[in-house]
Amino acid sequence: MSVASDDLTKPVPPKRRLALKPHLIQDKIFYGIARSAAVGAVLIVALILGYLLFMSWDTLAQQGPAFVFGSQWSAADPENLVFQIGPMLWGSLLIAVNGMLLAVPMAIAAAYFIEFLANSKIAKIATMVVDLLAAIPSIVIGLWGVGVFTPVAAHWAKLLNENLGFIPFFNNTSGSFVNSPFIAGWVVAVMIVPIITSVTREIFSQLDRDVINAATALGASRSSTFMKVILPTSSGGIVGGALLGLGRALGETVAIFFVLNLSFEINWVEVVESRGGSIASMIVSFFGAASPEEVKALIAAGLVLFVITLLINWLAAVIVAKAQPWRK
Amino acid sequence: MTNLEIANAHLRSEDVNVWFGERHVLRDVSLTFPVNQVTALIGPSGCGKSTFIRTLNRMHELIPGAGFAGKVFFNDQDIYNPEVDPITVRLKIGMVFQKPNPFPTMSIRENVLSGLKLSGRRGYNADEIVETSLRRASIWNEAKDRLSDPATSLSGGQQQRLCIARSLAMEPDVILMDEPCSALDPGSTRRIEETIVELSESMTIVIVTHNMQQAQRVADQTAFFLAEDGMPGRVVEFGKTEDVFNRPTDPRTNDYVNGHFG
Repeated sequence: MSVASDDLTKPVPPKRRLALKPHLIQDKIFYGIARSAAVGAVLIVALILGYLLFMSWDTLAQQGPAFVFGSQWSAADPENLVFQIGPMLWGSLLIAVNGMLLAVPMAIAAAYFIEFLANSKIAKIATMVVDLLAAIPSIVIGLWGVGVFTPVAAHWAKLLNENLGFIPFFNNTSGSFVNSPFIAGWVVAVMIVPIITSVTREIFSQLDRDVINAATALGASRSSTFMKVILPTSSGGIVGGALLGLGRALGETVAIFFVLNLSFEINWVEVVESRGGSIASMIVSFFGAASPEEVKALIAAGLVLFVITLLINWLAAVIVAKAQPWRK
Repeated sequence: MTNLEIANAHLRSEDVNVWFGERHVLRDVSLTFPVNQVTALIGPSGCGKSTFIRTLNRMHELIPGAGFAGKVFFNDQDIYNPEVDPITVRLKIGMVFQKPNPFPTMSIRENVLSGLKLSGRRGYNADEIVETSLRRASIWNEAKDRLSDPATSLSGGQQQRLCIARSLAMEPDVILMDEPCSALDPGSTRRIEETIVELSESMTIVIVTHNMQQAQRVADQTAFFLAEDGMPGRVVEFGKTEDVFNRPTDPRTNDYVNGHFG
């Protein structure tokens, strides 16, 4: 009897595929539910995209590229409809970037405190409070923004203008500091701090403590460990979290609706000026009184916003995957 | 505790006690680490040897709820004196960990220089330090042509030697090694042991190990730690490695080094 497998004359048995599908009935049910949920999610996105495309086709065909880049909106004359969302699109981005500049440092600091500085009791409470912030309805944040925060932020904006007015960002010619992208940016920041904090905290908690100990054992201070080891190691995850926040910031509607003066006179960078744009808020404010043609244009605006947020989410996924090649 | 040149010691613990929360885990550990000698800390799991080695460069205090009593003298100064900055202690007393832990975002070269960058040092000759440190950790030949590759591209044993090089770049007087070979294969273990022996010509080394043969191969003196029945860990026997293994004075040491428990 030969036990060695070097007998090359022996015929190879036929290959058969090993079943991936479940056999047990309960496994089949589970498989079915899981698969339909996954397929359903993709289907819903595709259907929404399809519907938006279908509804906005007329507008897009009629207005051309100017729909995205132009800055005029006139639905009064049915013979000469002009729908261009340039200032709104730019305004959405400006507010979102503004919000990110405020929210990302806050969120990183909060996550660092919770994960590395606070004792477990305080960390638990802090986590709970930050998560609670995410649970506040945006209408409430909007009301807080207009009723409580606007006077405060307008004062800050005025100080910035008085002291740093030579920088174009803080230029203000109208003399009014309310309803500005600056204030909208703050309101958005409050809304996206929880998600970025939560993602960043998760990333920090997965860091190899041994690597941080190594830095400490090499005589690093807390701050240099943070800047040179913790941040670079978790940058991919933090960027991903920040882009998730950016997606939310771009889509934010009601809160911005309360605190921003929508204007089709484009505001490029003057964040403390009392005018700005936001696609989502524009849709909300025009929808009620819109003619059927205008509704189509608003849906087209929604499509643009949807595509941009999809792109950002995709970018987030790519960056998170690429930035951490050592994670398998 | 005979034949130890206490006068020549620049690292010495005196009645070190350690608590985690309410739990007393180490009791009255007094050990002397003579200059340029290798001291092995052996004992069964949970006897406090890893905890003890962390008290020698004040890494112990980073664990939440950790308590401490006693003294650790380094060059006749108590490093637990409130006026002593733990960072300066760690610059002089380096550490190598159980699992290789190079900085994953950095290249091999950057890892060697990482301590200098992290502690904000300036005006050093980077190329020279990289080469000397890698040579002393005997990984220069393997790494010299790929210095800008990510440190994680090295094998486990090479990563551990890189971590030793990283520590050496700071020119410490003492290196503490906490089971540096426990995650490595026998070949890599051998090479690290050779490195330890070479390094001990110019520096003091304290090594925690589970491996008796390793202790016998590398250590000049050995301390046997034991924690009995929920009692805090203590040093049962401390002396020349040869004596601890061949002529132990305590029957428990005899049982342990001959593999009767552990």
